[in-house]
Amino acid sequence: MTGPYKIAIRGAGVTGLWQALTLARRGHSIIVVEQSTEPFTDACSPWAGAMLAPRCEEESAEPVIRELGMRGIQLWQAAYPDLTSAGSLVVAPARDRTLLDRFERMTEGGSRLDATQLEELEPDLIPRFDTALFYADEAHLNPEAALHFLLNEVRNAGAVVQFGTGETPDGADFIVDCRGLGAQDMLPTLRGVRGERIVVRSPDIAFERSIRLLHPRFPLYLVPWGEDETGANRFMLGATSIEREDGGPVTLRSTLELLSAAYVLDPAFGEAEILSLGAGVRPAFPDNRPRIITSSGYIFVNGLYRHGFLLAPVMAEMVAHYLETGVTHPEVFIADFGQR
Amino acid sequence: MLELYGTKFSSRMLLGTAGYASPDLLRQAVEASGAEIVTVSLRRESARAKTGQGFWGLIEELGRRVLPNTAGCHTAKEAITTAQMARELFGTNWIKLEVIANDDTLQPEVFGLVEAAAELNADGFDVLPYTTEDLSVAERLAAAGCEVLMPWGSPIGSARGLANKTALKTLRAYFPDTPLIVDAGLGAPSHAAEVMEMGYDGVLLNTAVAKAGNPVTMARGFARAIEGGRLAYEAGIVEPRDMATPSTPIAGTPFFKIDNAS
Repeated sequence: MTGPYKIAIRGAGVTGLWQALTLARRGHSIIVVEQSTEPFTDACSPWAGAMLAPRCEEESAEPVIRELGMRGIQLWQAAYPDLTSAGSLVVAPARDRTLLDRFERMTEGGSRLDATQLEELEPDLIPRFDTALFYADEAHLNPEAALHFLLNEVRNAGAVVQFGTGETPDGADFIVDCRGLGAQDMLPTLRGVRGERIVVRSPDIAFERSIRLLHPRFPLYLVPWGEDETGANRFMLGATSIEREDGGPVTLRSTLELLSAAYVLDPAFGEAEILSLGAGVRPAFPDNRPRIITSSGYIFVNGLYRHGFLLAPVMAEMVAHYLETGVTHPEVFIADFGQR
Repeated sequence: MLELYGTKFSSRMLLGTAGYASPDLLRQAVEASGAEIVTVSLRRESARAKTGQGFWGLIEELGRRVLPNTAGCHTAKEAITTAQMARELFGTNWIKLEVIANDDTLQPEVFGLVEAAAELNADGFDVLPYTTEDLSVAERLAAAGCEVLMPWGSPIGSARGLANKTALKTLRAYFPDTPLIVDAGLGAPSHAAEVMEMGYDGVLLNTAVAKAGNPVTMARGFARAIEGGRLAYEAGIVEPRDMATPSTPIAGTPFFKIDNAS
């Protein structure tokens, strides 16, 4: 296997765009076809929180997610100037302190901060929290800005992106299917997992890094999304993981849970303004692990679940290696159609 | 054999399906546990319009008896509606009835529980109520038609084990023929063994397995503890004593101090 090849990519979410960017920059001839007429209207990518937190994810994900994710951060750092590499924090209310112990036990690479160290990083968490876990090499980004950046870069790299069509052109050497849940027609074990989130803004809150608040029932993720046009800071509050496959509006219950948790993190959220509430549905396989499924000239990249932004670049790098050298990652690639 | 509403089971473990890192891990844990009954929360993984189809499909593939629950319901009315949705979705009359009093302690709201149990039993459901260890509530539930009672060990997810052993023993003594299952609050297999040694009919678990470092190995550990505790109960456990009792014969020893006084 050598190339360069003519490659058609189905789907222009974060997975498809990273495939296009990586493969185009390596000299392949790329066309991306996306069913939606406007960019990102059918994708689940804009609904992401876009924490790049592979170490924290290991609390409930396999080690391979951390290994791939660490590479994912490197690839984002090399490609995207607006990535915030400020690490991430994990805190718990005093009475749920055992959750922090469990989190520490289930993950690696985090350091335990005392109140003084925590105050240096995020003074607004003091005095409600007097300890935290800090994962210094994690990062975050604003998914909407990053998606538009990626689309632009893909075009700059010489790839063609067509909206409003699901048809792949004739004559492609390879088709890379990055349609997420749209590929359920061909991947019967793929399921959707709903995630809900709220975006707020406040001029009074200045968290600089993503923060997880542990709670037995209402865990919260906060991701700073930078300033809006009024100069106020925007924050993503999310995200639930619900085993259902509809996008649809956020429920009142989820809203209460997320906002109550935010209020626990910092009562200043009481004065924050709600910009949007919404839900997306992420594609996942039964083991919640990503897969690259190869079947002669047709390649599925799917099942990125809640790790779309984290893993999309490294999935693209793996596909490129595979096309050019035939090398596969044993925990990600599946060659047999029967196993998908 | 454990018999619940006319159906017999060889396993005495009931396993919850929430909180696993993936459906695949859940499947492995269920297989390792040998549990023949799995509980499923209906509230969020919504029944409406079968939107959780992917997840339901995976639950059905487990091939276990599904016991839907009404987790998170705060009123009898809410629990009844959820139970009716569950019956439609899963095609079962079985319902694990939860009515929650307080979001912090997740303790049963026993008044609403009795009210909902009576109505659901009248409507043809087989109700397995999640209740406290209180005898008077248990009697009301039995009077309302419940043929199985599921008192808590301690608050849901707390992993504290049995908070009130005396009351649980009382309950066992008062309901010698009613299947009693301890539901909620267990953390370690030793807790489950203790339940079974007391003569309880079964144990319902979720967090202790789902959030264990290795859920599959923990499921196996609980299965053995439950079996061990049950065997001990059936065998008859020796009464504890304050003094040592030699387990080897003392024939041939001419004298020994009989009262420790001389």
